Amino acid sequence: MADTANVLKESPSQTAGPYVHIGCTPNFSGIAMFGGDLGAAMKTGPVKGEEITFCGTVYDGAGDALTDAMVEIWQADAAGLFASANEVRGAADAHFTGWGRSAGDMETGEFRFETVKPGAVALPDGRVQAPHITLWIVARGINIGLQTRAYFEDESGMNDLDPLLSQIADRGRVPTLMARSEAPGVYRFDVHIQGPNETIFFDI
Amino acid sequence: MSGAQETGPFDTRDRDWQPPGFAPEYKSTALRSPKHALLRFPTTLSEETSPVFGHGMLGELDNDLIVNFAAEGEMAIGPRLVVHGRVLDEMGRPVPGALLEFWQANAGGRYRHKKESYLAPLDPNFGGCGRTITGEDGAYEFRTIQPGPYPWPNGPNDWRPAHIHFSVFGHGFAQRLITQMYFEGDPLIPLCPIVGVLKSAAAVDAMTATLDKARTLPMDSLAYKFDIVLRGRRQTYFENRSEGL
Ligand SMILES: [Fe+3]
Repeated sequence: MADTANVLKESPSQTAGPYVHIGCTPNFSGIAMFGGDLGAAMKTGPVKGEEITFCGTVYDGAGDALTDAMVEIWQADAAGLFASANEVRGAADAHFTGWGRSAGDMETGEFRFETVKPGAVALPDGRVQAPHITLWIVARGINIGLQTRAYFEDESGMNDLDPLLSQIADRGRVPTLMARSEAPGVYRFDVHIQGPNETIFFDI
Repeated sequence: MSGAQETGPFDTRDRDWQPPGFAPEYKSTALRSPKHALLRFPTTLSEETSPVFGHGMLGELDNDLIVNFAAEGEMAIGPRLVVHGRVLDEMGRPVPGALLEFWQANAGGRYRHKKESYLAPLDPNFGGCGRTITGEDGAYEFRTIQPGPYPWPNGPNDWRPAHIHFSVFGHGFAQRLITQMYFEGDPLIPLCPIVGVLKSAAAVDAMTATLDKARTLPMDSLAYKFDIVLRGRRQTYFENRSEGL
């Protein structure tokens, strides 16, 4: 449903290629630059809420881990507020950026974020989104960034009411959107681009 | 700070204009594209908001690839370029405060990366990355050297046209975009399987920078113009802001 007011087309997406880390995480690539990589730390001081590790691996259709991907996450703080210039519902936690970027482990490809468990997000229209983390994944072989969301398996009450989760017709695939607690304070969210457990990807 | 306070849902992405996940001519897409259809939903606050990148985070040389990795008094080798343009939304409005990150091969077509094996030499004075933030009018500019074309393993003899990779961050996570800029007149453009994932000539044109004679620096640098368009909001509300657009 393109708006008739549009006068321009969005720039075409192209793959991030095998060297995305040069541009987005140069220090990770061994290029000392900019005084550090953007998105490396999501906490800039004492934060409110439950501090968690959010980790996972992105797998291709052969079941191999991607070791050349870049994963970005964006999420609300523990109170459900975004650290954004266009957050109008209140002031987010001043010590939490809400945004993280991971190049993944060089050998295993595992991404890992030290973050906080997001709160439920009260939408302006009165609906409430269950706690979730938005992911954007780019790599060689990905023509346009993959969008998905990680919800929390241990928030089933909230998940049942979530306006997006509750509208997914193929219920069998909903578990692909669940981060699972694998240790106290550690949540794992593996992403499968293809295969029997293909993650739900969104066009949002 | 960008000062941008607009809110509201983003217009749907035109997936017929954007490349498909799977493109047979670009072999790496075979195992890296979802098989199921994407699930479409209207944007929510999670996509309508985004982190803020302030001009204060930039260093003086962040947008000068000719010198930002070079030894004191040295410069990167290659034809000197100014690349400039504007970041706009689909309604044609400027996007101020957008973070642009760019990376490229050196003049010989070689990246500074440990997995890079092309036999062209590294340039000790070229790192290959930079960044900048658009001004109030959505404009950006940076200095670099002309990247070289390079071969890559796909078909038996595939070459990338000269290009600069761009990562773009607007005002909503829904606008997140990575693209590549090509150079007007490059004969490798129509031969490239990665360019070829886009089927329309208009889309290829949109990724092709044009020589901008007016912005050249005499006896110094050629200039190329490259505008970038991000998704626009269907309705735009301004909060906590005295003036409209
Ligand atoms: Fe490249």
